[in-house]
Amino acid sequence: MSTPDLLYTEAEEDLRAAVRSLLTDHCPPAAVLSRAESGRAYDGALWRALGADMGAAGLLVPDKLGGQGATAREAAVVMEELGRAVAPVPYLTSAVLAVGALLGCDTGQDAVARLLGALAEGRTVGALAVPLSTAPGAPGAPGAPGAPGAPGAPGVPGAPGATVRADGDGALSGQVSGVAGAAGADVLLVPAAGADGYGLYAVETAETSVSVEPLTSLDLTRPLAAVTLTGAPARRLAGDDRAGAAIGRALLTGAGLLASEQLGVAEWCLTETVRHTKERHQFGRPVGSFQALKHRMATLWLELVQARATARYAADALATDSPDTPVAVAVAQAHCAQVAVHAAEECVQLHGGIGMTWEHPAHLYLKRAKSDEIALGTPGRHRQTLAGLVDLAAPTG
Amino acid sequence: MNATGNRAAVDADELRRRVRALLDAHPPATTDRLDFLRARFDAGLAWVHYPAGLGGLDAPRSLQAVVDAELEAAGAPDNDPRRIGIGLGMAAPTILGFGTDEQRQRLLRPLWTGEEVWCQLFSEPGAGSDLAALATRAVRDGDDWVVDGQKVWTSSAHLARWAILIARTDPDQPKHRGISYFVCDMTDPGVEVRPLRQITGEAEFNEVFLTGVRIPDSRRLGGIGEGWRVAQTTLMNERVAIGGGRVPREGGMIGLVADAWRRRPELRTHDLHQRLLRLWVESEAARLAGERLRQQLADGRPGPEGSAMKLAFARLNQQISALEVELLGEEGLLYDDWTMRRPELVDFTGREAGYRYLRAKGNSIEGGTSEVLLNIIAERVLGLPPEPRTDKDLPWKDLPR
Repeated sequence: MSTPDLLYTEAEEDLRAAVRSLLTDHCPPAAVLSRAESGRAYDGALWRALGADMGAAGLLVPDKLGGQGATAREAAVVMEELGRAVAPVPYLTSAVLAVGALLGCDTGQDAVARLLGALAEGRTVGALAVPLSTAPGAPGAPGAPGAPGAPGAPGVPGAPGATVRADGDGALSGQVSGVAGAAGADVLLVPAAGADGYGLYAVETAETSVSVEPLTSLDLTRPLAAVTLTGAPARRLAGDDRAGAAIGRALLTGAGLLASEQLGVAEWCLTETVRHTKERHQFGRPVGSFQALKHRMATLWLELVQARATARYAADALATDSPDTPVAVAVAQAHCAQVAVHAAEECVQLHGGIGMTWEHPAHLYLKRAKSDEIALGTPGRHRQTLAGLVDLAAPTG
Repeated sequence: MNATGNRAAVDADELRRRVRALLDAHPPATTDRLDFLRARFDAGLAWVHYPAGLGGLDAPRSLQAVVDAELEAAGAPDNDPRRIGIGLGMAAPTILGFGTDEQRQRLLRPLWTGEEVWCQLFSEPGAGSDLAALATRAVRDGDDWVVDGQKVWTSSAHLARWAILIARTDPDQPKHRGISYFVCDMTDPGVEVRPLRQITGEAEFNEVFLTGVRIPDSRRLGGIGEGWRVAQTTLMNERVAIGGGRVPREGGMIGLVADAWRRRPELRTHDLHQRLLRLWVESEAARLAGERLRQQLADGRPGPEGSAMKLAFARLNQQISALEVELLGEEGLLYDDWTMRRPELVDFTGREAGYRYLRAKGNSIEGGTSEVLLNIIAERVLGLPPEPRTDKDLPWKDLPR
């Protein structure tokens, strides 16, 4: 195993600067809040600027398939900045999860290549139709040992990981709850089981047999939806041989990159808390001069230093296809998820009363951080995965 | 700064060539260890980022790994860095940064080869976290300074030839301004070293009593009254030295308890399992952060993460060693040996679980308490305002003690 590069390259810093500048101009906290209240699934203008014009939507897609041919390292930098802005764009759901699943299919197949190209352009939005809470490698999750689609797996219809059935004509019926990015998506990538075994299917949301019902979500900036398919026409993109692994890899990539989003969320929370406590005066001095508060912020900074190292390691492992990737992702998720929640909770507390208001953006970050903690596997779930990966078995009995 | 042209010339290939020349001229198999180390120093391969003539070649620090790997592969002796950590990690950068040419020439070579061991005379019974309150006095007498006072928590004092010492040269100044920094000869008859027995039963550290110790003014590092600023260099390097060693996965304290977990299934409980997994993740996070810090340093971008590493390391060592004692259950009720001893090397992961648990308590105190490090991070990194203070501008002699 080569030594991982845990720093940021100059090109990565340039990418960060470009994304941050765009978000500073087009995605201030007040705009995020008013958009969240508008009921729209995501900010279409912002996504056009970021995904299409800047090319972020195609970062993970190879050049020859119409993308930027970058790696998870660059995507992680974008995720950090999107986290810092709690930006309401379908980057994780379309450009990471849906793209990731397609990259695991046979990209020599015309339908797969065309869809990848469309997602890479940023003009078509996709979503992987699995519950956002699905952990990579968890028992029953797609791609996990013994799950449908895994090598040697039975591919039992209706087994965990496929709540949708494909009938003989390839039409899909069933329901998937808690899907992020489904509302506003043009195409859903749906794991389904049927007579042909387990597979990954593409479904157009414009079909009348597809219902995407927005759910009232804890995270206002990444709303969930329930997807119901009633004999929806579908195109089979991958079968038993590779669908499970494709979805598993997409979930692993998503979880690894989510750590960078969590890092960005935590950074905003700490920065704003420091700014506020320097300005806010009580007892005749800035409240940030009290040790009781300073130590809490310094502790957060320490957590952030480590979160950055784990997130960079996960991104680098994904980018280089390191054999250590499952460990790197589990460590990053187990660590960064909690750092983001801790930072957001401290942000609310150390802002005092203003932190409890609807007007102040702290709540948007708390809601994102808490949802991210559950997204793609809770920290406890990732620690459980690690127990198997690094040979620290649970007690028997 | 000299030899900028030289810097451009030295790359990895050039270093390999110089290592080969050193090995040809002084084959490790037939060369006396000390002769080899001296020759390595003179060849500029001791610490390549140091200046030429002082054991280095003005090369990028990151290239040291190239030299170390080549020499290790050739079976060359090293300078036993663990035995001379204070010299290498703290005294040397300070001498390099603030010493005169004469001081650098005299002191750095035997420091690096280990011929002369160094210790650090900083902390005092009345000046721990508030180091700048120190009361050891240095009074000018002709070309000498006469030093009287008491220092404490001095490791290696009983082995050391030299000490880095800070003492008060002007009690009429506010406390940070009246301090000067010296190199103290530990063989001076006025230096008395007594072992300080600690919580583990042994004595790694010493108390050092200084009575009429004469130090020539030529052994002062930095200007009179500038000792505090000089000491900052030493202390920042200490934190990196304590928290910044390179470790493989499970290389530190967590490896011991993970091993015990794997070997002893009968000790496992669900509660311990959950805690072990959390600590494993945190250890890995701290390890990666240390690795990232090293990459930043090699890149010439030192950050304040050194303090963060030391904090993380202290907390983890304490929690992991505590878990290990608990995991051992009945065996955790025993202790290997309370006999008073003076270990030459300290290994936080050495001996048995009880020792490790007790020794780890020092990790959040030595080299800056965790509470002080949090203040440093809050004020210097995050830019938070300091607590109001009454002691900074008063003359030292007027401070309550």
